[in-house]
Amino acid sequence: MKKPSLLDRHLLAANKKEIQLIERRLFLKGTFSMGALALLSGCDLADNETVNRMLHGMSRFNDEIQAKLFDVTRLAPEYAPNMITQPFPFNAFYARDAVPIVDASTYHLELLGLIRDKKSWTLKELGELPQVSQITRHVCVEGWSAIGKWGGVRFSDFLQRIGADTTARFVGFKCADDYYTSIDMATALHPQTLLALTFADKTLPTEYGFPMKVRIPTKLGFKNPKHVMAIYVTNTYPGGYWEDKGYNWFSGL
Amino acid sequence: MKSASTTKAVVHSWPVRLTHWVNALALLVMVLSGWRIYNASPLFDNFRFPETWTLGGWLAGALMWHFAMMWLLIFNGAIYLFFGIITGRFAKRFFPITKAQLFTDFRLASRLTLKHDAGTYNTIQRIAYLGAIALIALLVMSGLAIWKPVQLQALANLMGGYEGARLTHFVAMSLLVAFVVIHVFMALITPKILLSMITGNATIAANAKSSPSGSNIPSTESGDAL
Repeated sequence: MKKPSLLDRHLLAANKKEIQLIERRLFLKGTFSMGALALLSGCDLADNETVNRMLHGMSRFNDEIQAKLFDVTRLAPEYAPNMITQPFPFNAFYARDAVPIVDASTYHLELLGLIRDKKSWTLKELGELPQVSQITRHVCVEGWSAIGKWGGVRFSDFLQRIGADTTARFVGFKCADDYYTSIDMATALHPQTLLALTFADKTLPTEYGFPMKVRIPTKLGFKNPKHVMAIYVTNTYPGGYWEDKGYNWFSGL
Repeated sequence: MKSASTTKAVVHSWPVRLTHWVNALALLVMVLSGWRIYNASPLFDNFRFPETWTLGGWLAGALMWHFAMMWLLIFNGAIYLFFGIITGRFAKRFFPITKAQLFTDFRLASRLTLKHDAGTYNTIQRIAYLGAIALIALLVMSGLAIWKPVQLQALANLMGGYEGARLTHFVAMSLLVAFVVIHVFMALITPKILLSMITGNATIAANAKSSPSGSNIPSTESGDAL
C-alpha cells in the first residue's frame, strides 16, 4: 500500500474521529446482518443458499478429517457369539416386501473401471475363494446399532486378485435395488471389509442383501450396500444414494 | 446506586464475553440439531422431541448442522479454557470451594438471601459453572465416541462402548439443558448480571474487587439479594 503523503496524513488526523465513526458504523452493520441471520428460524436458515453451501463445505471438510483419522490397521471391535442381536433389524429405503429377489443361478458380479481382469464372477466362484468371518457392530446413521455375524471374501484379497488399481481413490457399488454407494480405497483395503456371502453362518438372507453384501464395520450402515451387482474402481467421485441427498460421504466409524 | 463503597469495574473481560456468547450459539445449534438426530432413533421408546423445536429439517440436515457446529463448540471451548487457566481467572473466580462455605450458601439460598453479585461467584454458582464446563467436556467426549467408535475405541470404551456413549451423551445433554434453563432464569431476574456479560461492566462493592474470595462478603451496599 502507498504510504500516505504529508497532506494525506494531515487530512487523516483532522478527520480521525469521523473516519472512526464511519468504520464503526460499517462494522456494526455487518454484525447486525449476521445477528439477523442467526435469528431466522431453522427452516429459513436451511433454505438459505449461503448457509447451505457452508454446511456442505463443512461436510467435505469432515470427509478429509475422517480420512486422516482412518487407520487401516485399526480393527473394529469383535464380539462373542452370545452378544449377537436377535432378531437383527431389517432396514432399507423400502418396506420388507419390496426387497429385490436376485436369481442365484444367473447372478454375475460385474467388474468395471480401473481393474485389470474384468471377468465377471458367479456366486459359486466367489464361494470357492478363501472365506473369513467376523462378529461386529453395525451402526446406523439413525443412531441404533446391532451386532451380527458376517462371512465372506476379504475385499482386499479380492481387489488384489482381480488386479484393481489400488492407487485409485474410490470404489463404487451398484445394487439390484438401484441403490448405489462408494467408499475410499483405504477403507476398501481394510482387513475387515468383506464381500459378505453369509449371515449368522447361513447363506445371506434376502432381506440382508442376498446374494452379496459389502460388509464394512468401519463405516455407517448405509455405506454397507446389499444385493451388490457391480463393483467399479475410479478416480471420479461416485457419490451415493443417501450421500447425494446430503448425508456425509465418508461416514467412517 | 453510586456511593463511597461501590465502584464500577470490568467484571468480564472481552474474551470471556465473546467465548460465552459464541458458546451459547454453538450449544443452541448443537442441542436443537441433536434433538432431531435423537428423534431418528429414540433411545427411549416413548420419548421424542417436538419436531418444531428441532433444527435441520430432517436427519441429514440435522447431522450437517451438528457436525459443522461441533468444530466451533470445540475451538471456542478450547480458547475459553486456555484463557481461563493462563490468566488465573478460573483459580480466582471458581476456587476455593469449601464445604463450610457451601453449607452457608445453601442456608442463605434457602432463605432467598444468597448474594448473586456481578464479578464474584457464590459457592453454588462456582459449582454450577464448573459443572456446566464439565458437562460440555463430557458431551464433546461422548459425542466423539459416538462419531468414531472404531478409530477412537479407547474413548468409546471409557464411555461404556457405543451404546454407553449414546446414553452418556443424552444424560449430559439433559443436565446441561437443565443448567441452561436455571442459568437463563437467574440472568433474567438479575438484569445487572446479564448486562455485565454483554458490556463487561458492573457496579460492584468496592471491597469485592480486592477480595481474593468474594463468595460471601457481608455487604448490604450493593447487589440484589436473592
